[in-house]
Amino acid sequence: MEQYVPVLIALILGGLIATAMVFASAILGPQKHAPVKEEPFECGNPPSGSAWGRFSVKFYLAAILFIIFDIEVVFLYPWAVVFRQLGLFGFIEMLVFVLILAVGLVYIIKKGALEPA
Amino acid sequence: MVDFAITFALTVMVLLMVLNLGGLLLWVERKGSAVLQDRIGANRAAIFGRLPFNLGIVNTLIADPIKLFTKENFVPHGADKLLHTLAPIIALVPVLMTFIVIPFGDVLIIGERVIPLQAADLNVGLLYILAMVSLGVYGVVLGGWASNNRWALLGGIRGSAQMISYEIPMGLSLVAVVMTFGSLNLQEIARAQGQLIGGWIPAWGILYQPVAFLIFMAAGIAESKRVPFDLPEAESELISGYFTEYSGAKQATFMLVDFIEVIIVAGLVTTLFFGGWQVPFLLRDGFHFPWGTVIPLPSLVVALLQVGAFTLKVLFFCWLQIMIRWTLPRFRYDQLMNLGWKGLIPLSLANVMLTALLLLLF
Repeated sequence: MEQYVPVLIALILGGLIATAMVFASAILGPQKHAPVKEEPFECGNPPSGSAWGRFSVKFYLAAILFIIFDIEVVFLYPWAVVFRQLGLFGFIEMLVFVLILAVGLVYIIKKGALEPA
Repeated sequence: MVDFAITFALTVMVLLMVLNLGGLLLWVERKGSAVLQDRIGANRAAIFGRLPFNLGIVNTLIADPIKLFTKENFVPHGADKLLHTLAPIIALVPVLMTFIVIPFGDVLIIGERVIPLQAADLNVGLLYILAMVSLGVYGVVLGGWASNNRWALLGGIRGSAQMISYEIPMGLSLVAVVMTFGSLNLQEIARAQGQLIGGWIPAWGILYQPVAFLIFMAAGIAESKRVPFDLPEAESELISGYFTEYSGAKQATFMLVDFIEVIIVAGLVTTLFFGGWQVPFLLRDGFHFPWGTVIPLPSLVVALLQVGAFTLKVLFFCWLQIMIRWTLPRFRYDQLMNLGWKGLIPLSLANVMLTALLLLLF
């Protein structure tokens, strides 16, 4: 675990730096409240209701597809590190795995899952 | 205790270097864009009205930060105050933590003590970097969500979709690099690039993995949300994207995050594809040229040469990214998704399998 000490140091120092930066203008800057100034900016018009409405489900789809392919990448990493020891066996195993995923990728593209909403 | 002091000093040094280089890049960006567009650029603020002429460095290193830090800390009406404040912190901490695993030199030998020129020598360095880079999406999406602003929300959603989409080709292009060097440790990858092909050519990663380099560069620019992939900010469409409702130091934090991401991409490209801290023909005890000349050098000089070479390479790739940012126009959203999912992902998968085949054959 000793090699992770710098990570901890960087986490603490980075957190301090970031917090100091964010609160710097709260201390150094002026604070003047005005109702019109604090409206969310919508190109000068009065905002029409809350911004937290519904948005297209296509964005969730991109996230779901990301999880599938990112896990694939996670599987590839240990294989890549020991590839030289695995030899032909490892190559064929991973070729089958990648081909199945490639079929999946072709399917989602043909289905139009990535078309803009 | 001495070991801890050295580790602490190295970590602080890396953090400060990254922060200061991030500030300096703001100047490079303003002046570089001015050079490209045949303008003069920032030239107003100067010490006593004269120094340093009109290079504008006083503007961006002193005047701009003072101005940003003394602006009002603005939170729009109806916004989620807690998340609005947390988002810049969540964005900044992971990018600051990323750079500590990148080696900036081999070792410095002082007496009996061998000091590695790298803050954290993790054996899973590359995975650590991917993990930290993917945490960057939270700052964007929380900043966009917490602002209670339609444009900010759109920017945040676009940012999350773009960043997670381009993480896959980024990871896949690095798989091919890992296969070539057989390690996830960045210091080992940098050391492996010190060998010579045929006794003459330095074995830098770009010679083995040119396709991976192009994919990684494209995905890296997309991950750092810069033109031509700056859809989350897209000032002509979304005002300022996910940081529309941010002002003062919080906005400065988001800007700093952008520039630090540029440095991270430059550092990774340097380490993985351009030999990291390697100077051609420079070994631990001096230059060993292929024609037989040997110039012995003390360890301190070797370390300085290596750190200097690493810095120059990183600065070159930072400059390259800034030139790309001011040369290319922005993509459309569907073009961005098509390039990622239909272009880069199949290409990087093919690159991985081709690398595997070539490693089997040779």
